[in-house]
Amino acid sequence: MIAEAGLAALWLAAALSLLQLAVALAGRRLGDTRAIVAPVAVAQGLLTLFSFAMLIWLFVRTDLSVELVAANSHSAKPFIYKLSAAWGNHEGSMLLWVTVLAVAGAAMALLERRLPERALHAALGAQAALGLGFFGFLLMASNPFARLNPAPVEGRGLNPLLQDPGLAFHPPTLYFGYVGLSVAFSLAVGALITRDVGPALARAMRPWVLGAWVLLTIGITAGSYWAYYELGWGGWWFWDPVENASLMPWLAATALLHSVNVLAARNGLRAWTLMLAVVAFSMSMIGTFLVRSGILTSVHSFAVDPERGAFILALLVIYVGGALGIFAARISTVREGARFDVVSREAGLVGNNLLLSVLLGTVFIGTFYPIAAEAMGYAVSIGAPYFNLVTSPLVLLLGFLLFVGPLLRWRHDGGRILRRATLPLVVTVLTFLVLFAVAPGMSILARLGLAVAAGLAIASILPLVDRKLTRTPLATWGMVTAHLGVAVAMTGAAADASFTKERLAAVRVGDTLEVGPWQVRLASIEPVAGPNWTALEAKLEARRSGGSPVILKPQSRYFSDPPTETNEAAIDTLLDGQLYTVLGRQDESGRWQLRLWWKPLVTFIWLGGALIALGGLLALIGRLWRERRRKPVHADPEPVHADAEVLA
Amino acid sequence: MRVWLASLTLALASPALADSAQPASPYAYQQLEDPRQEAQAKALMAELRCLVCQGQSIADSDAELAGDMRSLVRERIKAGESPEQVRSWLISRYGEWVSYKPGLSPETLFLWVAPLLLVLAGGMLAAGQFKRRRRS
Repeated sequence: MIAEAGLAALWLAAALSLLQLAVALAGRRLGDTRAIVAPVAVAQGLLTLFSFAMLIWLFVRTDLSVELVAANSHSAKPFIYKLSAAWGNHEGSMLLWVTVLAVAGAAMALLERRLPERALHAALGAQAALGLGFFGFLLMASNPFARLNPAPVEGRGLNPLLQDPGLAFHPPTLYFGYVGLSVAFSLAVGALITRDVGPALARAMRPWVLGAWVLLTIGITAGSYWAYYELGWGGWWFWDPVENASLMPWLAATALLHSVNVLAARNGLRAWTLMLAVVAFSMSMIGTFLVRSGILTSVHSFAVDPERGAFILALLVIYVGGALGIFAARISTVREGARFDVVSREAGLVGNNLLLSVLLGTVFIGTFYPIAAEAMGYAVSIGAPYFNLVTSPLVLLLGFLLFVGPLLRWRHDGGRILRRATLPLVVTVLTFLVLFAVAPGMSILARLGLAVAAGLAIASILPLVDRKLTRTPLATWGMVTAHLGVAVAMTGAAADASFTKERLAAVRVGDTLEVGPWQVRLASIEPVAGPNWTALEAKLEARRSGGSPVILKPQSRYFSDPPTETNEAAIDTLLDGQLYTVLGRQDESGRWQLRLWWKPLVTFIWLGGALIALGGLLALIGRLWRERRRKPVHADPEPVHADAEVLA
Repeated sequence: MRVWLASLTLALASPALADSAQPASPYAYQQLEDPRQEAQAKALMAELRCLVCQGQSIADSDAELAGDMRSLVRERIKAGESPEQVRSWLISRYGEWVSYKPGLSPETLFLWVAPLLLVLAGGMLAAGQFKRRRRS
């Protein structure tokens, strides 16, 4: 009955999304629709939430008469992985996607007070149109509640690589981010239809963009750290198409959250901001298409089914094409934005948007090129060498832009920026020269990365100089924190690329290996067992320059359902880096494979990511706090100056 | 019955165990003695595709074939071949697909020109905006 209840709720919610779309399309001809729209959106959100809760319940009970549970779960699995198995598969993750979409629509209907009503209703109509397509996809091509008759005696289990607390929460975080961008998309489409483009739209859109962006940042950072410790080779970013699928919406959202500030504060970049809002969620859908269609074969593609791929592709074409069509039809009626000078805060943000858009375009082309080439009968692999080469200069330029960007004034800035950027520039040049002397073997890109990161660390906190810190808006603190995070992450990436020490060897119990400043002794090898695995566990005694020993216990695990071997790395985290150890197989002469890395400052990569997310969170809280005290926009025609002051 | 079950389990599990029964290639998990050669080999391995994996380089894969390819790369570098010689030998054997670093050919020209085109197009779009704004 649980499965049937979940399915029924899903059908009802789909019907309500159809009703919501119809009401939005009929618009004023129906008279006052206020009494219908909000309750319908809320009911739709609650019904999908109920449906998702039913799926979770089925997994908690390990109800093997449900096909999805039988295919992805196992009665002997720890509780948390029974939960995460609910969304660690195609159907469950699509249900999660639709749930977030419907709940976001309900939240928009309940909380949005800043927009003119007709713009809000048009946006809710767009949200319902999105929902309808994905409900259709679930009900027709990916029913998560399908029964299996007869029910099997035991489930097939979950891919052991996915049985990790980090990965239990990585996909939902990303999904909340992806789908949060749907609100920006719907608001943009609604604004285009009703021609209400202006600061009110920007301020309605901004918290959603910020929130989605924070979640995407957390999701990507956590996913990177998961790959780093779980895959067992010390890599943290692989330019895997599925990683790119999460990076592309992030890049678009990063550009959007900068341009939306220009729209909110200066009523500028009007058409461009709408375009970015459409592009950002389109990238989310493209990401879903990449991951869920099976068009790629990569570590992440667990669903390989071309029929579903065609369905998602059709949705993608309809939504992206529809939104771009509305954009093309209406954009000439959108008034041109406020003017600004070539040297101004706006121009700096245009530079930011330009570089981020080129980055996005490059990642997009690099990701889809192999697919297009394959379609034309030509096989090509595009990976780290291409992406690193092409994106590094753009990222460095973005870093340089940050030396002055946040210090610029709105509309027009006198030529004094050069003086203000002197200190970070001097720090950059000095760092570059010192690195040249200290580490002559470093690659030019890594050296530039560290040098720009050092300058950026200084430049990022300059906006706080000459300010009363207690009266500085929270949004400014958020900006400073996020920009500092960029410097920290760049430092980590460049240091990891340049200073990592590697040691691979086969040793006997009692032998000692050296890696960087560490001596690592293999003390013993013991068998251990977990709830659904057995493992060989090495006991390693690591001493740094002869100091007191640290014990590390890397494992080589064997899972029986399904049969798989994995390496569980053991990592010792210090302030200045990580010692990363992996136990491999035993060779024919009885020696054990050990893989050891000393990675100076590697943690800065994820620390930087966390700072960037924290900055976004501070800005979000600051914005919501200020918005709370602001009257609805249509009663307040001159809101521009208050906002400009926050950003100045 | 139990013996029968045990042998069935073993038979079912054998695809996973077959890997470890084979001796690994000598340099699959072992570095070259010369640090300069090892650095060259390491850089090249990060740019070669593991042919049986899903989107992984041979430098970070546990697959047996990736180990064999790592060993092959190290042995050839040790024998004095340059990384580019090793790469072209592998390409002649497995095709362009094995290298994550696309070369410059008519088929990949767009790939390398695209970032420059994007910068140019974006720059022109932005510059046009400023001019128009100033005149008005």
